[in-house]
Amino acid sequence: MTETPETATIKKISQETPSIRSFRLDFPMQAKPGQFAMLWLPGIDEKPFTLTAEGKECAVTVQEKGKFTKALFKLKEGDKIGIRGPYGNGFSTSRVKKACIVAGGCGAAPILLLAEELQKQGIKTAIINGARTEKECLFAERLRKTTHDLYITTDDGSLEEQGFVTAPLQRLLEKEKFDCVFGCGPEAMLKKVFELCEKYKVPCQLNLERYMRCATGICGSCVLGKWLVCKDGPVFNSKQLRETEEFGSKALLKCGKDVPIKEFAEWRQQ
Amino acid sequence: MPLETVFAGIKLRNPTVLASGILGTNAEILIRTAKEGGAGAVTMKSIGPCEKDGYANPTILEWEHGLINAVGLPSPGYKNTEEELKQLEKSGIPLIASVYAHSIEEYAEIAGFAEKFKPAMIELNMSCPHSKGEGMPFGLDEETAGQVVKAVKKVSGKTPVMPKLTPQALNIASIASACERAGADAICAINTLGPGMLINPEVRKPVLANKFGGISGPAIKPVALRCVYQIYEAVKLPILGMGGISNGRDAIEFIQAGATTVGVGSAVYYRGIGVFKEVCDEMVQWMKKNNAKSLEEIRGVAHGH
Ligand SMILES: Cc1cc2nc3c(=O)[nH]c(=O)nc-3n(C[C@H](O)[C@H](O)[C@H](O)COP(=O)(O)O)c2cc1C
Repeated sequence: MTETPETATIKKISQETPSIRSFRLDFPMQAKPGQFAMLWLPGIDEKPFTLTAEGKECAVTVQEKGKFTKALFKLKEGDKIGIRGPYGNGFSTSRVKKACIVAGGCGAAPILLLAEELQKQGIKTAIINGARTEKECLFAERLRKTTHDLYITTDDGSLEEQGFVTAPLQRLLEKEKFDCVFGCGPEAMLKKVFELCEKYKVPCQLNLERYMRCATGICGSCVLGKWLVCKDGPVFNSKQLRETEEFGSKALLKCGKDVPIKEFAEWRQQ
Repeated sequence: MPLETVFAGIKLRNPTVLASGILGTNAEILIRTAKEGGAGAVTMKSIGPCEKDGYANPTILEWEHGLINAVGLPSPGYKNTEEELKQLEKSGIPLIASVYAHSIEEYAEIAGFAEKFKPAMIELNMSCPHSKGEGMPFGLDEETAGQVVKAVKKVSGKTPVMPKLTPQALNIASIASACERAGADAICAINTLGPGMLINPEVRKPVLANKFGGISGPAIKPVALRCVYQIYEAVKLPILGMGGISNGRDAIEFIQAGATTVGVGSAVYYRGIGVFKEVCDEMVQWMKKNNAKSLEEIRGVAHGH
């Protein structure tokens, strides 16, 4: 196998929220939930995106924000795009009998395949999905099809509970015993999820992000402490996170400068 | 231990060295590469004068016979590497601080800064083939290469200085000699070969954002071996040989060409971070099978008649 991008045709584009679209590609990719692909737009850039469908065809779900995603949003069904992957470790569902999933914002993307997988395996799962507003709530209906236990929070209270995902998570951890809490979303949120899991002694697996180049574990651009997000991650377990001071606190910019996670998050929004 | 090696006065538990630009973006991963991965010494990603992003992606790709990269020497700027250098100094792991610059004065400025943190060695990257005005121009010309070494030697104190050479030089051995005359303590060869390029025929465009990039991995091993062989004949300095080393047998070939230590870069892609330990085990096995008691005994044996 070579690690150069191949070409795929965009078969279907679906508008998920005002700022988020899914792109279905006629490109086979066997992947675990949480694994990602590198998408290439010639002349623009190449970026990692979590897979929201896998098998004979694959899909990615993208929020419009920077130069790359703006260019991607200009593409139409039938257009071609470069792709390589899948990469990363993905979530592990082994020995999990009862699960809780926490997603914030675009973090619902890697969670979708996971929720579908847990449902397929007959694992009882509670899902908490947080968004800024009702309109930006991603995959609510598709997640509802996978569980009877869906909690939605919005920052402005426009849909269901007002506030952050951590409130329903704490209530659930208080009364139920989960084998694992899976999470994806902004790192500040994930840090709080991690702290709650530690307090209630529940193992967790969290999907993290760093600036990436090779995606194959050699360049070191995406380091999180001693871990490589592209190869050891993007999903990290409680034990790894406990050993990693950088989690929730620091990240490297494109130039390699180590900055507070808030500065990194702001840079990523551009 | 049969693999213990002294390189330019530095004691190493084995001769494998993490090549610059691979993994070395922070102290933690460098320490892991030594402790868990088994590298005898580690090189940090080359640090430059100022904050620089490098090129857009794709920057690093694997093709049939190796890797090609045009990362574009991204750097946090040497002043922003202080914390990492301090942490590495405390760890006691043999660290090679790699430096690139735009001018002779800048090489000295950055090397002088790095020296304060007592790295095992300072490597001068004068050989990056895909970054404009940095690195390679200094390694193509005997006089310039010598001037860089001389300027750095003035500020490097007791820390050994090792220029890293490019296979693009018309006569790599005479560049090495010029560096030796200027006071270098060791020679590192080679950096990536090229530049080369990949085209995606369906897209009808070059794949690397920078179009051109340096080639590494198995494809360049014969060139790297020839360079080490020629340098060994030209200088008395110890050589860190690299370029396409993927297993213990490859490493033994470099030792026989005259290298004292062996750099591993692209093979981290093929075999993971544990590649150093694996290469060492394979070297020991080879030595047992072929009745070599020490590396000393086989160093440079490919020379002569
Ligand atoms: C992704 C990548 C980045 C590199 N960055 C640097 C660098 O910053 N400084 C440097 O001196 N060499 C750099 N190199 C060159 C390597 O250190 C090494 O000389 C070359 O790859 C040959 O060894 P290999 O075949 O084992 O990879 C880089 C190589 C690769 C593949």
